[in-house]
Amino acid sequence: MTDETNPNRREFIKNTAIVAGVAVAPGIFLHSVSQAKPDEHPVDNSVRWGMLIDTNKCTTGCDDCVQACNKEHGLTIEPSHRAETQPQWIRKVELKHKQTGKQTSLPVMCQHCENPPCQDVCPTGASFKREDGIVLVDKHICIGCRYCMMACPYKARSFVHETLTEQKPYSPRGKGTVESCTMCVHKVDKGENPACVTSCTHGAIVFGDLNDPNSEISQKLATEQSMALREGLKLNPGVRYQGV
Amino acid sequence: MRYWLTTLGLLFGLALSVVVVAGDDEGKSWIPSPPKAKQAANEQTQCVEPVDVMRRMHGSYLKHHRDKTMYLGIRTKQYSLVQCINCHVTENEQGEYPSIQSRNHFCNSCHEYAAVKLDCFQCHATRPEEAYENQVPMVKPEGHH
Amino acid sequence: MSKHNITFEELQGNSTGFYALVGILGALVAMGLFAAYTMEHHGHVITGMDNQVVWGLPHIFAIFLILSASGVLNVASIGSVFRKAFYHPLARLSGLLAITLLVGGLVVLVLDLGRPDRLIVAMTSYNFKSIFTWNVFLYNGFIGVVGVYLWVMMDRSLQQFYRPMGLIAFIGRFILTTGTGSIFGFLVARSAYDTAILAPLFIAMSLVLGMAVFLLVLIASCVWGKRAMGIAFLERPKNLLSLFLVAVFYLITVYFITNLYVTKQHDLVYFLLASGSIYSYLFWIGYLALGTVIPLAILYHPIVGKTRNGIIAAASLVVVGGFSLLYTIIIGGQAFPLEIFSGMEVISSGFFDERAYHPYVPSVWEFMLGIGGISFAMLLTVMGMRILPFLFVPSSLSAIHLSPEEID
Repeated sequence: MTDETNPNRREFIKNTAIVAGVAVAPGIFLHSVSQAKPDEHPVDNSVRWGMLIDTNKCTTGCDDCVQACNKEHGLTIEPSHRAETQPQWIRKVELKHKQTGKQTSLPVMCQHCENPPCQDVCPTGASFKREDGIVLVDKHICIGCRYCMMACPYKARSFVHETLTEQKPYSPRGKGTVESCTMCVHKVDKGENPACVTSCTHGAIVFGDLNDPNSEISQKLATEQSMALREGLKLNPGVRYQGV
Repeated sequence: MRYWLTTLGLLFGLALSVVVVAGDDEGKSWIPSPPKAKQAANEQTQCVEPVDVMRRMHGSYLKHHRDKTMYLGIRTKQYSLVQCINCHVTENEQGEYPSIQSRNHFCNSCHEYAAVKLDCFQCHATRPEEAYENQVPMVKPEGHH
Repeated sequence: MSKHNITFEELQGNSTGFYALVGILGALVAMGLFAAYTMEHHGHVITGMDNQVVWGLPHIFAIFLILSASGVLNVASIGSVFRKAFYHPLARLSGLLAITLLVGGLVVLVLDLGRPDRLIVAMTSYNFKSIFTWNVFLYNGFIGVVGVYLWVMMDRSLQQFYRPMGLIAFIGRFILTTGTGSIFGFLVARSAYDTAILAPLFIAMSLVLGMAVFLLVLIASCVWGKRAMGIAFLERPKNLLSLFLVAVFYLITVYFITNLYVTKQHDLVYFLLASGSIYSYLFWIGYLALGTVIPLAILYHPIVGKTRNGIIAAASLVVVGGFSLLYTIIIGGQAFPLEIFSGMEVISSGFFDERAYHPYVPSVWEFMLGIGGISFAMLLTVMGMRILPFLFVPSSLSAIHLSPEEID
């Protein structure tokens, strides 16, 4: 288990990426990498996936992104059980500024930190960050201790409190393990946008590569004011907000 | 004399085994008969590796592939569990897919026989992707589990 | 060394009372296992824990046992590290309890996991940045170190290792409790936990709880085992208990005062101490009145403090106080909401962010699991006493020059 699951094989990945980069005609390949990666290529840290959420466009009362996420990942709600035990990967929050009274509506999900506290505290290494910045749980080695949920500054994680059936083929989930937003990694690896992004009819969520200066998200971040939730913790999340 | 005794013994044994096999439906003893895959992965080896290799090594292939997929985002199809299910879990005449607790489910047909506990499907989908896309119903789980 | 003149014996363990005790403890352990099985079968949905309060009553029991385990070893340490001959006769029981209490706590912790069947993963796949991982090593290492410590206590041919092993165990117990405290102290996300004082606070609590549990088990072993022990024999341990109580009170006061110094933490202190929540009651009544003031009054009382029943009452109340304080910090710390949106009021949320606090009502399953863990620790202790000579022979105490009233 140890060798295979150790995510710190940066050297190996780097070398593979270099070999791949040399082997494939650089001009064509490198341009398209931010869209779709060949199935056999490992992800590398030349890409960092992120989201920019424009709260000026996000609408009070709309929860299309939450519905889309629940549908995509098969997050069914069992009405007979306490709501606090039910899964929640993305939630809508309505805020009011204490001083000015300005109201804001925004979705909150796993913020995909550059320095994730969940990864730091996880005893088995089940909480990990992919080279491209997506924070995931290896449910094969998650023992269900919930220390990551204690450590997450955004309360972005859920513990599966009951036996599940009918999970989606691309989104395995199971009782006794912790889960959270995967940034729809199964779609991202195919070059598609996460479900919440495509579902947002207001265009409030921009998804893209933070490392690519030409991506839409980088262009927007370079010109517009944005912030991270709990910026003081210096976690450098991949999810940023504007208009808060 | 001895020859006749041996023959008699063999016949008796054969008769007994027929009884045992016939009693299969009552669930005492049975031989696994995994359903046929939808199609051969290739002409030479049938499955993604020769069949005898797959029988021995599929657990190892799946485990290594899962780590590559999860940590490195490698999504090749050869050793992917989803692809195994896509090809090996097939519909019955009514167009329904077997439950993982059924002996008609490809994985469970052998695992139950060999008494090797399977916990992949506490989390992973038991039916092909198309079954979820098209909302194909599943046969209700059978009694004893 | 005069200590070698003290003789030790096994628990007789052939009375009806002994078998009744073992039977009751066994039944309670079975009840705990049944609770654990039910929790795993149905999932944590049947417990009071949820996605808001993720650690509940089982963790209170587990941490209580783990803290007591490291604290109880103090009795042996005073004997070997600080060379107080008085404590030598108590050293073996102290070592035994250190192991059994820790095992009991760990069993509760493991059985509460979402996937206890993957214990092997926790033992083979490590993330060394995690304080939890360190604790896995610290707990196992502690059991090993105390095991060797007990061995050199009991094996006369190894007596030259008695002092060094005592020192190693002494250091080990401080590291262990620092690790336990740091599980919470390292959580920057939650305002109740993000402070280094939790480590010393947990060390002080371990001394208090360990001494209280030790006194209770010592008295029980003497009363039920019909072994003579004068009340004056409890004089020194009970004085230490008072001292440790004051230390915990000091540290918890510092904890709240530093939080009061920081304006943004005022809400937290108000919530825990003054809001009328269950945590305020647990703190003022459970911890402060029942768990600190009354025990101190008893222990320093010139008459009651010198009676066996007085000491039993004080030690029991200290245990109640310890539970109350752990509940206040651990559950109360989670019940207080995270401040995710600085300067903003949460009007509504799909994940309960708008709540003033998160409710938690423990289920009977969690309680059964916790009681099962304590019972398992006690069962192991009784079995240990029955098999190996952990208890001193009262008549041999004159060898360490204890005065007659101290041995009765």
